[in-house]
Amino acid sequence: MYVAVKGGARAIENAHRWLADARRGDRDLPDLDVAQIREQLALAVDRVMAEGSLYDPDLAALALKQARGDAIEAVFLIRTFRTTLPRFGASLPIRTDAMQITRRISATYKDVPGGQVLGPTFDYTHRLLDFTLSDAKPVPAAAEAAAPAGPVPHILSHLGAEGLIQPEPAEPADVPDLTRAPLAVPAARPLRLQALTRGDEGFLLSLAYSTQRGYGRNHAFVGELRIGYVRVAAYLPKLGFEIEFADILVTECESVNQFQGSRTQPAQFTRGYGLVFGQSERQAISMALVDRALRARELGEETGTASAQDEEFVLSHCDNIQSSGFLEHIKLPHYVDFQAELELIRKPRRDAYAGQEAAE
Amino acid sequence: MTAASIDRKECLGLLARASLAKLKALWPNDPPQFEWLRRPETGAMMVQGRAGATGAAFNLGEVTVTRASVRLGCGTLGHALVQGRDPDKAARAALFDALLQTADAARVQAQVIAPLRAAEEEAHAVQARRAAATKVDFFTMVRGEG
Repeated sequence: MYVAVKGGARAIENAHRWLADARRGDRDLPDLDVAQIREQLALAVDRVMAEGSLYDPDLAALALKQARGDAIEAVFLIRTFRTTLPRFGASLPIRTDAMQITRRISATYKDVPGGQVLGPTFDYTHRLLDFTLSDAKPVPAAAEAAAPAGPVPHILSHLGAEGLIQPEPAEPADVPDLTRAPLAVPAARPLRLQALTRGDEGFLLSLAYSTQRGYGRNHAFVGELRIGYVRVAAYLPKLGFEIEFADILVTECESVNQFQGSRTQPAQFTRGYGLVFGQSERQAISMALVDRALRARELGEETGTASAQDEEFVLSHCDNIQSSGFLEHIKLPHYVDFQAELELIRKPRRDAYAGQEAAE
Repeated sequence: MTAASIDRKECLGLLARASLAKLKALWPNDPPQFEWLRRPETGAMMVQGRAGATGAAFNLGEVTVTRASVRLGCGTLGHALVQGRDPDKAARAALFDALLQTADAARVQAQVIAPLRAAEEEAHAVQARRAAATKVDFFTMVRGEG
């Protein structure tokens, strides 16, 4: 129960003033520039954009500064800002096959057209702290080599051409939108994908890991992981044509999973899909694995034992703003609730003592 | 679609994706006489993806955009939908769009559009060369004799 209480205004004001002071930290050090955050903490910025569900690196960097580096608090700020923006429309679906690749790898084929392109990856680093980063020193530019022209085809398209993997036909349908209508289960796959792409990275990672450990077995290969820039196009009715109005960095993961077949249908691999704003491959791979797990029922697999296959469980708990909002509200005043609880516990205790005294 | 509209569509895209600093540097001139049809307004476009890259469309998240429309003194209209939240960038893009349909078109093409296209192509080429440098050359270990 909530009741209106007054007071605390001065305490709150001073608390926020202290927050601003603490955010600034040691005044002998230079103030952190938002552009520095955008450039040098780019993966934190990417996470805030993905889970904040708004692509704007400068805004995400500002949110991280305001939130003192707390990623979920920054996501909260972005989500709040997002609600103030009028929606002008929707883009055409982005063409990830036309991506300007910065990274593109496959765990299923060694030799693929376009090759294995590592990009700026942490993979194969030794994960030893680099103490030389403590001192500012010039960094050489990235190496370059002669590059083939043109986009790189999706690896799964080769499996598809042989009919070895389930096709993903583009059936025209209304696209459900989580930000416009409350979530209802069972949810169609497009709605699930929207919830997952903005879902909490840690939560999705744990769920994806649980499927690898055997909860809702659906052994996954990373068929392809690609990171790079794609154009975003929209049709402008006033002009009568479409324009490519934005360039965004995205990470895409296509998983290849255990195959299915029957007497009437030859065996085919199944797939999971991850697509996330920014360079966020942990999130993209997790999303693909959880997407595949959530398809258990439609693929006729045994369900009921694994959380990752439980749509209601996954979709209701993957949003970190929803979860932290409810979790953290319990720190706010519940004085009246608690008084009622106190009364409930005191009364039976009083009665019990009274009963004892009477018996003596 | 006519040849003219293809050209205009590419110009609008290049203007939309460029930075304000770049637009200012390429065209430091004063803006022509104009009036607002629609003052710059910042909002969002929902970006869609496709399940499995080719399947059902789904909502990936929004991107910030700003739109504006202008009318030049001669009556020519210009429109813009640009990435980001900068009202100046949207205004400039709309003015360029209008100028590109006037006698000034050749000048704007040469002074703004061509350099924007060259810069974007160069940025893509650099990124492609960097990616190519991280492409793995597999080799098979030769088994030692004896």
